[in-house]
Amino acid sequence: MISFKLSDEQTMIRDSLQGFAAEVLAPKARAIDEAGDMPAEVIAQGWDFGLIAASIPEAYGGGGGDRSCLTNAVALETLGGGCASQAVAIMAPGQFVNALIDFGTEDQKAEHLTRFAGETPVAAALALQESQFGFAAEAQRTTAARSGNGWVLNGEKRLIPLGDRADHFLVLARGPDGEGLGAVEAFIVPRDATGLSLSAETGTQGLKPVPKAKMTLNEVVLPGSARLGGDAGIDAARLINQARVGAAALAVGVSRQATDFAIPYARDRVAFGEAIGKKQSIAFMLADMHIECESMRWMVWKAASLLEHNDPGAAKAAVLAQDYVRRKAVKIADDALQIFGGHGFIRDLPLEMWLRNARALTVLDGPVSV
Amino acid sequence: MADFRVSDIDQQIIDKVIEVGNSTTAFTRHYEDNEHEFPPEQLEGEMGFDQVLPLFFKRKPDDTPMMTFQMLLSIARGSTNGVVRGLGLAMPTGRANGLGNAALASAGTKEQVSKWGNLFLAMSITEPGAGSDTKAIQTTARLEGEEWVIDGDKIFVTDGVRCDGAVVWATIDKSAGRAGIKSFLVEKGTPGFDLVRKEKKLGIRSSDTAAYSFRNCRIPRENLLGGDETVPVGGGSASYRGVMKTFNMTRPAVASGGVAKARGALDFATSALAAEGLEVDWTRSHAQRSATEQKLIEMEADTEAATLSVLHAAWLADVGLPNNMESSICKAKGGEVCRTIPQGAMELLGGMSISHDHLVEKYLRDGRISDIYEGTGQIQRLIIARGILGYSSEELT
Repeated sequence: MISFKLSDEQTMIRDSLQGFAAEVLAPKARAIDEAGDMPAEVIAQGWDFGLIAASIPEAYGGGGGDRSCLTNAVALETLGGGCASQAVAIMAPGQFVNALIDFGTEDQKAEHLTRFAGETPVAAALALQESQFGFAAEAQRTTAARSGNGWVLNGEKRLIPLGDRADHFLVLARGPDGEGLGAVEAFIVPRDATGLSLSAETGTQGLKPVPKAKMTLNEVVLPGSARLGGDAGIDAARLINQARVGAAALAVGVSRQATDFAIPYARDRVAFGEAIGKKQSIAFMLADMHIECESMRWMVWKAASLLEHNDPGAAKAAVLAQDYVRRKAVKIADDALQIFGGHGFIRDLPLEMWLRNARALTVLDGPVSV
Repeated sequence: MADFRVSDIDQQIIDKVIEVGNSTTAFTRHYEDNEHEFPPEQLEGEMGFDQVLPLFFKRKPDDTPMMTFQMLLSIARGSTNGVVRGLGLAMPTGRANGLGNAALASAGTKEQVSKWGNLFLAMSITEPGAGSDTKAIQTTARLEGEEWVIDGDKIFVTDGVRCDGAVVWATIDKSAGRAGIKSFLVEKGTPGFDLVRKEKKLGIRSSDTAAYSFRNCRIPRENLLGGDETVPVGGGSASYRGVMKTFNMTRPAVASGGVAKARGALDFATSALAAEGLEVDWTRSHAQRSATEQKLIEMEADTEAATLSVLHAAWLADVGLPNNMESSICKAKGGEVCRTIPQGAMELLGGMSISHDHLVEKYLRDGRISDIYEGTGQIQRLIIARGILGYSSEELT
């Protein structure tokens, strides 16, 4: 049945994260962005909420909760409404964990999931993006070739979140069989694999303080057990769509944050003798921003919910949510900046940062997953 | 828990509504070209709602709540090729389902509802000089003995030709502004109440639109809806508020009509382009799509966003939560896509899309009204902006 009601648990998670986002993440956002460095303390504080461990089965020491894409979407929107960069740093390991829960063999789960169930943050990441402009997940240039019982990986991955510290990566590559997304495989690759080298990225416009690494894979030899899902492999469309919707959920949070910041300013700022919020040119911009924040949220919820149920309509819903948020989130962040005029351009205020973050989240296929 | 799937039985009902909606396709163009004719109660070969009704009894308590489900049905029905009654709602509830009936139900006394409930009632608010700014209406009602005397001109009365009567807005005290506005039930045939003309329109031609004049039109004192003759100081009267509340409930339904035309045009374009070998590959990334694919995806996403906003507003009503803002949000979205999607569909289809051979041009003409009636998109944005900024209707105009 169609319903927009969150479960009690989801409401509780949202409410507790709202306080964290507003009181802990948001006040630190500018300083962290300027420094271009992510304090370990932030990641530890986020880890304490147990968001990543919650859906790890009890057999591996986790919370044993439902693996809910919708819950993750709600959590990501809420964290993104505090600071998208810190939210990415906190939630990026979830991409690795979620994929293992969804597609991992029993052996793979037993080997890796237990580590993420503890109290100390563990870094891991999805290696998806590549160097070429117009990157498309279904047209990976990184390749995985069979070699005996194992695999050999070659290629280059870019902008890998937490790439400076992750002990394991989930590397996506084009395998020998199938076409498009059907050929995409995922491999669990340890940081110290022979032929794998990592270097820091030069810096990025948005999500600036998220540590990011470039990975070169030169004849990286992996055992057969490194292929996620074993002989069954993965449903790459589902995995990648979870990342797309994850990024979209964060972008909804950024949009909401920018809208909620612009509203009181429009009431306070006086021009030509009255508050600019009383002028339709500004009031209608704000109305549209509010309308689209709401609409985007339902698009993301629907896509996340269908992904969660592995519904046949999930792939389409994910593409629609990503497309919608791509167009609307950037416009909202940009309009919020415009309402502040010159003040929006100055780095004292967060407007320009939100524009950069909204742009990053809507061109990447997602540094986080639902 | 939040969910966006419908049950099997609900899907069967939606499919049946579409089948019923398509059963009169042969007449669709006829009533466009002959807008002076009223379609009969039952068209030749028309499948009635009796086809759908039995399925409703198979619904279970945990199926999608009723108002939300009705929005889905409204979108499904309005997107079909065969809807000749321009404002066709998903569930015909008999003849007495005009806008005036909704006003009577929400603002009338028990006696009034039982007395006039079986009449088909139109709603008559708009005047040549006052549309959205309803407090500016000039039609007056003055009490003379046991009669109200109504004088003024009204336009854009939906169903105004075929209705039995109308709920008419008039002011009993112009100096009181909004507080002086009351609604009156005026039956057809009352001396001084004239049907001036039937309008000729861009679309929704089989829905009649009338202009009225009232000249020394006398109606019984008890025809004041709600019965309250006082003019409250500072604020609208109960009957004014009652009518505004009516709009709160009907905006999602009207928005669904706009979404329906977007849906219909998009479905038409999608299948017509597929026949030409142009189809969206949903596994392809942004950078790998053709311009046509991207345009179809954007139209699909916009239509979906509008649909979800309608469902959300209706769902809030279903669970008893306030939906004033959300009604305006969905009306704004429905009004947006009723324009942009049929326009975009024709853009993709090219020159032949203007031909009367095809219905896509009709979706543009029929849909266009949805961003105008029951509050233009601009009025919805005013309501939303006031809501988020905390301004009154006097502070933000």
